[in-house]
Amino acid sequence: MKALVWHGKQDIRCDTVSDPEIEDSRDAIIRVTSCAICGSDLHLFHNFIPAMLPGDIMGHESMGEVVEVGSAAKGKLKVGDRIVVPFTIFCGECEQCKRQNFSVCERSNRKKELAEKVFGHATAGLFGYTHLTGGYPGGQAEYLRVPFADTTHIKVPDSLTDEQVLFLSDILPTGWQAAAQCDIEPTDTVAIWGCGPVGQMAIRSAILLGAKQVVAIDCIPERLAMAEAGGAITINFKEDSVIGRLDDITSGKGPEKCIDAVGMESHVSISQPDTLLDRAKQMMMLENDRPHVLREMIYVCRPAGILSIPGVYSGLIDKVPMGMAMNKGLSFRMGQTHVNRWTDELLRLIEEGKIDPSFVITHTVGLEEGPEMYKVFRDKQDNCVKVVLKP
Amino acid sequence: MNMLARAADITRSPGDPKVLSKGASSSLGASDRLARNLGWFSIGLGVVELVGARRLASLLGMRGAEGLIRAYGAREIAAGMMSLSANPNPGIKSRIVGDAIDIVTLLAALRHGNPRRGNVEVALLAVAGITVLDLICQKGLTSRHARAPGPYRDYRDRSGFPQGVNAARGAARKERQAPEDKAGF
Ligand SMILES: NC(=O)c1ccc[n+]([C@@H]2O[C@H](COP(=O)([O-])OP(=O)(O)OC[C@H]3O[C@@H](n4cnc5c(N)ncnc54)[C@H](O)[C@@H]3O)[C@@H](O)[C@H]2O)c1
Ligand SMILES: [Zn+2]
Ligand SMILES: [Zn+2]
Repeated sequence: MKALVWHGKQDIRCDTVSDPEIEDSRDAIIRVTSCAICGSDLHLFHNFIPAMLPGDIMGHESMGEVVEVGSAAKGKLKVGDRIVVPFTIFCGECEQCKRQNFSVCERSNRKKELAEKVFGHATAGLFGYTHLTGGYPGGQAEYLRVPFADTTHIKVPDSLTDEQVLFLSDILPTGWQAAAQCDIEPTDTVAIWGCGPVGQMAIRSAILLGAKQVVAIDCIPERLAMAEAGGAITINFKEDSVIGRLDDITSGKGPEKCIDAVGMESHVSISQPDTLLDRAKQMMMLENDRPHVLREMIYVCRPAGILSIPGVYSGLIDKVPMGMAMNKGLSFRMGQTHVNRWTDELLRLIEEGKIDPSFVITHTVGLEEGPEMYKVFRDKQDNCVKVVLKP
Repeated sequence: MNMLARAADITRSPGDPKVLSKGASSSLGASDRLARNLGWFSIGLGVVELVGARRLASLLGMRGAEGLIRAYGAREIAAGMMSLSANPNPGIKSRIVGDAIDIVTLLAALRHGNPRRGNVEVALLAVAGITVLDLICQKGLTSRHARAPGPYRDYRDRSGFPQGVNAARGAARKERQAPEDKAGF
C-alpha cells in the first residue's frame, strides 16, 4: 500500500509499504477513506519530538471502513462499519481508562519500558507518533491497523460526510477539552493563543460552552479571519500588543481563562526577544521548546485563573515565571486529549447541526501530494489551514 | 537501498507495515538539502579555523591574525548550526554576510606583497565558489518557503456554526454547579 513515511528531519515521502496485518485478537484493520495532517505532525516533521525512526508511518487523524476484525473485537465491530479512529489508543479496562483518562491508558503503549524511563510513567499508545508512545504505524496510509479496536473507535452514521466527522479523531475533541478544562462561566473572557486548526476548534468550543467573550491571537491574517467568523475578537500579535489589547478588552483585569493552542514552536521574531533566546538555546540543545506563549499567559491571566494547554511541549523549557504563576494562584491543565471522553457529545452536536467542523478544511488532495502538503501547511502557504488527504 | 528504515524495522512488530520502496519526491526540496550541506560545511570549516588557526595563518601569510581566524571559526559554527535548523534561511543569510567578510579579509591579505599570494588566491576562489552556492541556496529557500504576499483568501464565511454564531453562543452549556462545588477536572 501507499503511506506517508518519515525518513528524517523534514523528509517525508509517499512510500510503498507492506500492508498491515492483524496481530492481536482485539485488532481491526480499516481502509482509510480520509485522513488529515495535524500541527503535532509538524513537531515530528521538525524532529522536535524525540524517538522517531526512519520508516515510521505518519498520521493520527484517520477514518475509514473496517475491512478485517480480530476475533475478540467482533462483538463491537464488523466488516463494513464506518469508524473514526481516535488518535489515543486505549484499552478501556485499566484504572485510567475507567476514569476516562484515555490518553494515559496504562496498557496501550507497547514500548512501556522506554516511556517509563523517559517520562517516569508510560502514557497511552498514539498512532503515527514517537516510539515513546508505542511507535504505532499511523493512518496517513491506505490501510491502518487499529489496536484495541473494540474500544479504540468512534462509529459514525452514514448521514454525515467524512469531512464532518473526521476531526472527531483529534482536533475537535482537543479544542473541546481545552475549553472544557477551563470550566467556562458565562462571565468569562477566554483568550486563545494560536488560530491553527486546534485554536479554531477551541474558539468554537468556548463559544458553545458560553464564554462571554473569546479572544483569538495569531499573526496569520486568513487564520484570524476564520477565528473572527467563529465569533472571536482577534489580536494580530505582529500589529498589536497582546498584553495591551487583552487588558483593554478585560478592563485591565486580564482574561480568566487562557488556552495555549500553539505549543513548542512559537513564532520567532525580534519583537519577541525571548523567542530569539529560545531559538539559540534550541540550536545548542540547551532547551527543547520555545515557551513564549506560556510566559505570556502567566503574565496576562487574571489571578486565580486557569491556563489550559493543548499545545504540545516535548521536553525542557526555560525562563518560565513559576513564581508569578504560584503567587497569582493559577491552575495549569494540560495533556494529550482523552478523545473518546468527549466524542459522544460532540457527535451529537454535529448531528444536531450545532457545529460543522469541516469549516476548517482548506486543502483536499491525494496521498501522493502529502509530502508537498507538509511543506505548504508548515509554511502556511496558499492560505492553508487544514489539509485532508484522500488515500 | 533503504538502510536506515531497514535497520529501524527491528523495532517494529511482524504485522507493522515496512517500507518496500521509498517514494521519489520528498518534502525536503533541493534548496533544503543544499542548506543542510552548507550547514555541515560551515561547521567543518569553523572547527578547522578554530583548532588550526595557526597553520591557516601561516599558509595564507597572515601571521598575527590567528585570533581573527578563530573568531571567524566561531562565526562559521554559529551560521552552520542556524543552517541546520528547521528554518535555515537566517543561517544561510548569515553565511552570505560571512562570505563577504572572508572575501574582504582575503583581499587585504592579497595586497601586502604577501609571499603566500598563491595560496590566498586559491582561498579567494574557493570562497567565491561557496558564495555562489550560498546565494543560490538563499534564493531557492526563499522561493520555496515564503508566503505569497496577500491578497488573503477570505474565510469570514467559515463560522463552523450551521445555525450562526449567535445561536451557537452557550448552545452546549450544561447546567453547571456553583463554582465552589466544582469537582475539578
Ligand atoms: N493535546 C493534544 O491532544 C493535541 C492534539 C492536537 C494538536 N495538539 C497541538 O496543538 C498545537 C496546535 O496545533 P495546530 O494543528 O493548530 O497547529 P498549527 O501549527 O497549524 O497552529 C499553530 C498556530 O499558532 C500560531 N502561533 C505561533 N506562535 C504564536 C504566538 N506566539 N502567539 C499566537 N499564535 C502563535 C501560528 O501562526 C499557527 O497559526 C500543536 O502544538 C499541536 O501539537 C495537541
Ligand atoms: Zn493531532
Ligand atoms: Zn487503558
